[in-house]
Amino acid sequence: MENKTKETMAIELKQITKTFGSVVANNRIDLSVKQGEILALLGENGSGKTTLMNMLSGIYKPDSGSILINGQLVTINSPEDSIRLGVGMIHQHFKLVEALSATDNIILGAKEKGIFLNKVRAEKISEISKRFGLNIDPEKKIYQMSVSEKQTVEILKVLYRKADILILDEPTAVLTPQETKRLFEILNLMKKEGCAVIIITHKLNEVLEISDRVTILRKGESVATVTTANTDTQELTELMVGRPVELSIDHPETYFEENLLEIHHLTVSDEENFETIKDISFDLNRGEILGVAGIAGSGQKELCEAIAGLLPVKKGAILYHNENLVGKSPNEIIKMGISMSFIPEDRLGMGLAASMGMVENMLLKKYNEGKSPFISKKAARELAKRLVKQLDIVTPSVDTPVRRLSGGNVQKVLLGREIESEPNVLITAYAVRGLDINSSYTIYDSLNEQKKKGVGILFIGEDLDVMLELCDRIMVLCHGKVTGIVDTKNTSKEQLGLLMTGASAKKGETK
Amino acid sequence: MIINFLFASIKAGTPLLFGTTGEIVTEKSGNLNLGVEGMMFMGAFMSFYTAYHTGNLWMALFAAFAIGIFAALIYAFLTVTLMANQNVCGLTLTIFGTGFAKFFGEAMINDAGGSPKLSDTLMAAFSEKKIPLLGDIPVLGKLFFSHNPLVYLAIIIAIICTIYMIKTRAGLNMRAVGENPAAADAAGINVTLVKYFHILLGGGICALGGAYLSLINGGGIWNNSSVVNGQGWISVALVIFASWNPAKAIFGSLIFGAFSVLQFYVPKNIIVIPNAFYVMLPFLITTLVLIVTSMRKSKEGSQPAGCGNNYFREER
Repeated sequence: MENKTKETMAIELKQITKTFGSVVANNRIDLSVKQGEILALLGENGSGKTTLMNMLSGIYKPDSGSILINGQLVTINSPEDSIRLGVGMIHQHFKLVEALSATDNIILGAKEKGIFLNKVRAEKISEISKRFGLNIDPEKKIYQMSVSEKQTVEILKVLYRKADILILDEPTAVLTPQETKRLFEILNLMKKEGCAVIIITHKLNEVLEISDRVTILRKGESVATVTTANTDTQELTELMVGRPVELSIDHPETYFEENLLEIHHLTVSDEENFETIKDISFDLNRGEILGVAGIAGSGQKELCEAIAGLLPVKKGAILYHNENLVGKSPNEIIKMGISMSFIPEDRLGMGLAASMGMVENMLLKKYNEGKSPFISKKAARELAKRLVKQLDIVTPSVDTPVRRLSGGNVQKVLLGREIESEPNVLITAYAVRGLDINSSYTIYDSLNEQKKKGVGILFIGEDLDVMLELCDRIMVLCHGKVTGIVDTKNTSKEQLGLLMTGASAKKGETK
Repeated sequence: MIINFLFASIKAGTPLLFGTTGEIVTEKSGNLNLGVEGMMFMGAFMSFYTAYHTGNLWMALFAAFAIGIFAALIYAFLTVTLMANQNVCGLTLTIFGTGFAKFFGEAMINDAGGSPKLSDTLMAAFSEKKIPLLGDIPVLGKLFFSHNPLVYLAIIIAIICTIYMIKTRAGLNMRAVGENPAAADAAGINVTLVKYFHILLGGGICALGGAYLSLINGGGIWNNSSVVNGQGWISVALVIFASWNPAKAIFGSLIFGAFSVLQFYVPKNIIVIPNAFYVMLPFLITTLVLIVTSMRKSKEGSQPAGCGNNYFREER
């Protein structure tokens, strides 16, 4: 492979088309990557990026079109074929076996001789990790790992199979800025070794930072391929959305001087008596967006659930207008005007019933209103229709099961319902997770709307750039503790990143 | 007396060990097959029928193994290929297997004009034998080296399965499929093939347990009503007790074997408990075991995460 010239195309996709039922996911897409090149694949939700990549990794088969790898026409019928051709894909949701160790996951399915598992493989793994500067405990079980460690295992898995074509589906969505930087270093190293890399991401600044060229997909078609050096955020957004888009997030000032929610020394522990939240204190004002940042699993979910009354509180108080919420049922808390929309990783986990339509999902929060033993669907149907209009929700009808809607639309349904209940406190977790720019801005706008009305918003988020623009203050969590509450006007992303890794706690010792 | 009790416990635990090992192999590849009882019934009938007509022990065992594979094939086709609900298919297999054995068992009784009985030469072939030298060791010789050949077969199968699962590449692939078929698929493992292979293998092993029940516990006489009698269900529970490890199942089956023969070894004049209580005991203990083990929380010793769910690659 080394003696081929740099101009050989590692991957060439020609006129690829894939349909799911009547939905055209990919329509005559062309794409090419050279060896030693990083290509960014950009597009809104549902523009067909993941579908396209899944055809390279053998999960789907294209309806028509051809795939060339290193100049050879190939057919990929299964992931096995794909691996044989040197394609390695790191999926958005990691494909790792939780109960197995890192080593077991890495060698899983690799075509090697020998019936028994032996030590040589472990040596081979440590050799690869040294070469790329990847640190991992080979005996650690996956379920004990952090997200970034899991990603390292996925990368090692690909390298172990000697893949020279690497596809990463939104690899940075769950990483801290520091971890992202390290990932990019690894990718650049792989590029130097002659690998071809395709990276899918929503974050434009990352596209500009890491890639050599950018291919943009829109509604299942490849609309353009540009050289990164000759483009900027504005142009990329326009190509992606299809029209000029204003790229700044509003930050309206509000002047309410009232504490809505006061949290005092809140401690929550899980079933095994492990403290997931340790002694947290903060307050939330009217007309304020308080951001909550932190590495995934730092206690964000537990915080939401504790306030909403879903988790028992071990110690501390949650005061709302000087009334303690601890010990109240979720229903009582909702009636007091505290509303939660939690968007978990799988989006449908909490809050919506996947196989029900929008109308029924609207009813979920209102079923016990009214005196008749029968529920009235009329009001819910009207509400559903209004939301469809207001938030541009794309759905065949308000009775279509929400499971069938795309991720972004599901999120709009959930958030829309919470806002419609006219809460005083709105808790949203990962409101824009995996959403494209357009839908994200719709959601930021509606949150700002609420803020202006005097609603206190607890915004649990991932994208620090967005949080710095949208929020008034940001509270950073690390291992269930608050490592800092900062004003967004005079804070940088790097500072937040340091707080997320718990730096403030150690500051006294190191400096 | 205690030695006799332990000896009988091993004897009674062996069919459970077959059933449990078979079910572990099946569940580890991600399929919960509740048809153990049915597969045991079919194995019990086929082995007896073959033994009755051919007079050959190994033919009988082979026939049981083969019918177990056939029964598991029905289950595998329904759940893996057609993606039908695993619980329903397993329960149906139990009903089918029970009916199958009783129907043909009845026919066999009619043909023989009374309860069919195996020949004495055949009975001798699988009777208890002392292993030379080792069998002469006091106490241990009686406990470990004086059994019928099927006892050793069960233990050897359980140990081989354990080594296979933990130490081999194929075993790793199988565990991965059972835990997370999507991850295994992405790693290039043929999920369908792995599932079929282990469901069929597991079915065959379960059916050997049935063969043990009809050939040895039955004393060479076919009895239509009480061949398997719930042992399959206890095996399913034992899988949990053994935390999906066949080596641990060896001890688990011994304990449950002990409960099922306890009534014959408790001195009747000292402790007076109705017989029905002893008959109930294994099932009662099973219930308790299920309650206790369900409180356990470690990831390693728990049910494979993908167990009970069918896998479809293009599902979104």
